[in-house]
Formats: sequence, C-alpha cells, structure tokens
Amino acid sequence: MPPTDEVMVEERVAALSTRSIKREAKMWALRAAISMTDLTTLEGMDTKEKVRQLCHKAIRPDPTDASIPPVAAVCVYPNLVGTAAEVLGATSVRVAAVSTYFPSGQAPLDLKVAETRQVVADGADEVDMVIDRGAFLAGDYVKVFSEVATVREAAGDACLKVILETGELGSYDNVRRASMLAMAAGADFIKTSTGKVSPAATPAVTLVMLESIRDFHRSTGRAVGMKPAGGIGSAKQAIRWLVLLNETLGLEWMTPQRFRFGASSLLNDLLMQIRWLETERYQSPDYFTRA
Amino acid sequence: MVGRLAVSKTYKLYIDGAFPRSESGRTFAFTSDDGSVKVYLSRASRKDLRMAVRAARAALAGWKGRSGYNRGQVLYRIAEMVEDRAATFTAQLELGGRPTGEARKEVEETIDLLIWYAGWCDKYMQVIGNMNPVAGSFFNISVPEPVGVVGVSAPSAPVLRGLVAGLAPVISSGNTAVVVASPAQPMVAITLAEALATADVPAGAVNILTGCPEELAPWLAGHMDVNGVDLSGVHPDALSDLEEAASHNLKRTGRWENSDANLYRISAFTEIKTVWHPKGR
Repeated sequence: MPPTDEVMVEERVAALSTRSIKREAKMWALRAAISMTDLTTLEGMDTKEKVRQLCHKAIRPDPTDASIPPVAAVCVYPNLVGTAAEVLGATSVRVAAVSTYFPSGQAPLDLKVAETRQVVADGADEVDMVIDRGAFLAGDYVKVFSEVATVREAAGDACLKVILETGELGSYDNVRRASMLAMAAGADFIKTSTGKVSPAATPAVTLVMLESIRDFHRSTGRAVGMKPAGGIGSAKQAIRWLVLLNETLGLEWMTPQRFRFGASSLLNDLLMQIRWLETERYQSPDYFTRA
Repeated sequence: MVGRLAVSKTYKLYIDGAFPRSESGRTFAFTSDDGSVKVYLSRASRKDLRMAVRAARAALAGWKGRSGYNRGQVLYRIAEMVEDRAATFTAQLELGGRPTGEARKEVEETIDLLIWYAGWCDKYMQVIGNMNPVAGSFFNISVPEPVGVVGVSAPSAPVLRGLVAGLAPVISSGNTAVVVASPAQPMVAITLAEALATADVPAGAVNILTGCPEELAPWLAGHMDVNGVDLSGVHPDALSDLEEAASHNLKRTGRWENSDANLYRISAFTEIKTVWHPKGR
C-alpha cells in the first residue's frame, strides 16, 4: 500500500475548506445534511424517555416546517434499540445500534457476536461496530479482519458501519490500512470515530477515508459509504464535509445511502441556518426544539 | 535630521474582550471638526455584529451570575478607568467640535453617571421588586431579572455621556451588551472599550462596534438571540421598521431623549419574576 502524503492531504483539505458556497447550493446542502444525519445519543444517562424524544425529533426535525426532511437514522445503545424501534417503526427513519462493546471493543468475539444478534433481533436496521484498536496497533490485522467478517455475518441484512476510531490509530497510513481492512471484510460504511475520543472526525482523516473508498470502488466495483462522527456541531463544518465528499467521490455519494453524519447538536444548527436563509434574521437556539 | 514620526493608534472593534478589525476589512474616516485630524476606524459588518452577539450570549451566565455588589464594584472600576483617561476623552471630544470647557464637563458627568449606576447594581431590585400583599399563607415576591443580551444604539450627542447612559443601566442589572457607537465621534467609543478592557469587565459582557448605525441597527433589531434594544441613537424615521424587526422575538425596546441618570433605564431591560413561597411555621 503506498504511503499517504500527509502534507498534501492537509493542503487539499485546507484548500477545499475555503470554497465559498452560494445561497442556493447552501440551502440544498443544509437540507441534504439533515437527511444524512444519524441523530445520536450515546450517554450513560440515556433513558427511554430521552430516546423517544429524540426519535420524534428525528421524524419531524422542525415542528414549524413540514418541508424539512426527516433524518436518516437514530443511533442508540443496545439497551434502547427496542424503544427507538417502537417509535420509528413505520417511518423512513432507521434504527442504528452501536455494538461489539462500544466504545472500546475490548471483549471476546462471541460476546460481540451475541450483542450484534441481539440488537438486530430487537429491531436495529443498522449496526455500528468498533474495531479492536489494540489488535490493529499490535499488527494483528487478521484478527481485526476476521472480527469484522464475523460480525458482518451476525448482522445479517442490517447495514454494517465499522468504526475505526481514527483518533487512536496514530497516522494516515493506519487510517487507510484500517479502511481497506474494514471494506474488504464486508463493511457497508466506514466511520471515523466513536465520539468518545479526541480528536474525532477531522476533515483530513475523512479525506483519507474517502480516497480509500474511491480506490476500493475502482478495484472491486463495490460502493462503500462514509460516516464522519464526533465533533461535527455546526452547519458550516457539515458543508465543508460535503465539499470534500463531492470533490472526492462525486454526486453518486451525496445520498443518505452512502454518506452520514454522526451527530447530535448538528441538527439544530442546520435548522437554524435554514431559517436564517429564509428569514434573513440571525437565529437563536431558544426557538428550536431540544434534540 | 528628520523629526520623530508620531506612532498613532489603530482604532479597532471591541468584541469578546479583544480588539479585532472588522472581518470585512472595511474602514471609514472620521475627520475632526476643524479638518486638522483624519482618523480611519473599523467599519463593522453584520458578521461582526453576529460575533459580538455570540460573545455577549456566552458571557451572559457569568455576568448575571455575579452578585449585584460585585457588578457595582466593576462599574465603579470603569469610572476609575475613565477618570484615568479623562484627558484623552476630553481631547477626542474637542476633535468632535466640543468647546474645551464643555468637553471636560461631559467627561466628568460621564464618570459621575457610572458611579451613580454602580450604586444601583445591588439596590435596584429592592426598589423595582416588591413583596406583594396576598391573602394566604404565602409570601408573594416580585423580583426584576436581566432580560439577557441587549443591543444599544448610542446617540450622537452627547456622544460619550450618551453612550454610557445607554450602556451602564443595561449592564448594571446583569445584562450583557452589544453597543453600536455613533459615528459623530467614534474614537471615544473605542477609548471607552480600552477602559472597559482594563476594568475587570469580563470578556464579551460588553462589545462595542463602530461603523454605520443605519447598516447595523436592522441586523441588531432583528437578531433573534438579542432580548432588548435601546434605540436612543437611531433616526426617528427608522424607528418603526426597527421596532417591527424587534417584535419577532418580543424584544424589549426603549428610546430616551436625554442621557440623564434614570432608574427606569435599568428596569426597562429587566423581566419581573414573581414567586410564591410558603410562610412556614
């Protein structure tokens, strides 16, 4: 595998981040970003009530504007999959569950498999698994590959997103290696981070992963999705990510089937920016429902 | 031998405790009354205003969480800092066309006004608030609380005292402020910002923008994260449009024709909270 040119990755990200997006395109991007959001709550203090509230927010993000699309999915801990599935059942919003002993992934494989089967049985349409970063950094790529492949099988028809936790991988080369491993083992999406480690999703890491997806698609013909997650709180950042996506993979990837944002506070900022464009009045979080 | 070149000050904006130039890069000129001095200042854009409101919002919890007594100490310290710069303020007012005696008098009155409001910081609630008579085993208490972020459009005359007459009552109750200075003599606003920055005023609690008030006032009045606006400095013809813009989030609006000490300029930007409390026994 050729080494990644760190300087050029950062230069390209910096160059693309200054691109000016005009009004019409911005409005399109804001709405697209909402439909690509995996509205996420992954706190120890999550309750069923909070998840129900989040699900209703996911279905109708802005109660005053029915034209705002629903988000792509709601992402929760395994315990709350049933609760989310009850609310989201008949809607277009999918249920995503983190699995394989998120966020550390430090557990025996049979437990990870059992957890994955359980969340799918409880109603998860999508499974967000973590790789064993310890094994990866120790050079045990076979273990990482076979774990992803085994969980892939356990997840059945569910969409499998593989979290690389790039903040712990140390180099762009490792990010690229982990991306290739995950895709070869059957990932439907590769995802940057758990959100529990800093740095989480950075534009540079995202670019490296997007380029891995492009190369994988060229050599195998299989299209894999991308999900940056963690630390994406503003509409401005989200639009920068969409620029990276468009420049690297093109319009075919600008859909919720192939691109997601893992976020919680991002949704309200997107709504605020839409209303700002519509009203030409700067907005306040006071007038938007809590996620 | 060539004489020494004077090192003159760059007048910038005051946002979040720092002195940035306008993000737009724009400037405007102030020319002294006699034409002898020309100064370029930053001309704030709506994006600078947005940053100022954001800073004011972030500073709100801390500033209104201070005890009234402590806010009084800070306002007193502002007065000390203005006194320390009295000569500078006087000279700048003279550049704006004020005769020497009047300029000096305006600075002194400004300092006295700050001291007056400093005293009210821990007392206005006793006067504006009330223990209400109710028939029952309860106390019923009304207390004024700051409304939040308040925009102040400062009048053109008297330029320094008018600005302080708008700003001091707003911050004395615990609001944070975004001030749009008058272009009549904008340098005094930035000199005041320097006094504020060294007077223990927390970053963001007061933000001062120079530029064109006609350009900035509509954005300020329409901003949904601003809770009140003092429109003393705007042209009367613009008033109804600005009040309409302010109505979208039911901002408190106020307009005063003079810059006298006035307790009601404090209460104008407070919200009355009434609580019932059991008497016990």
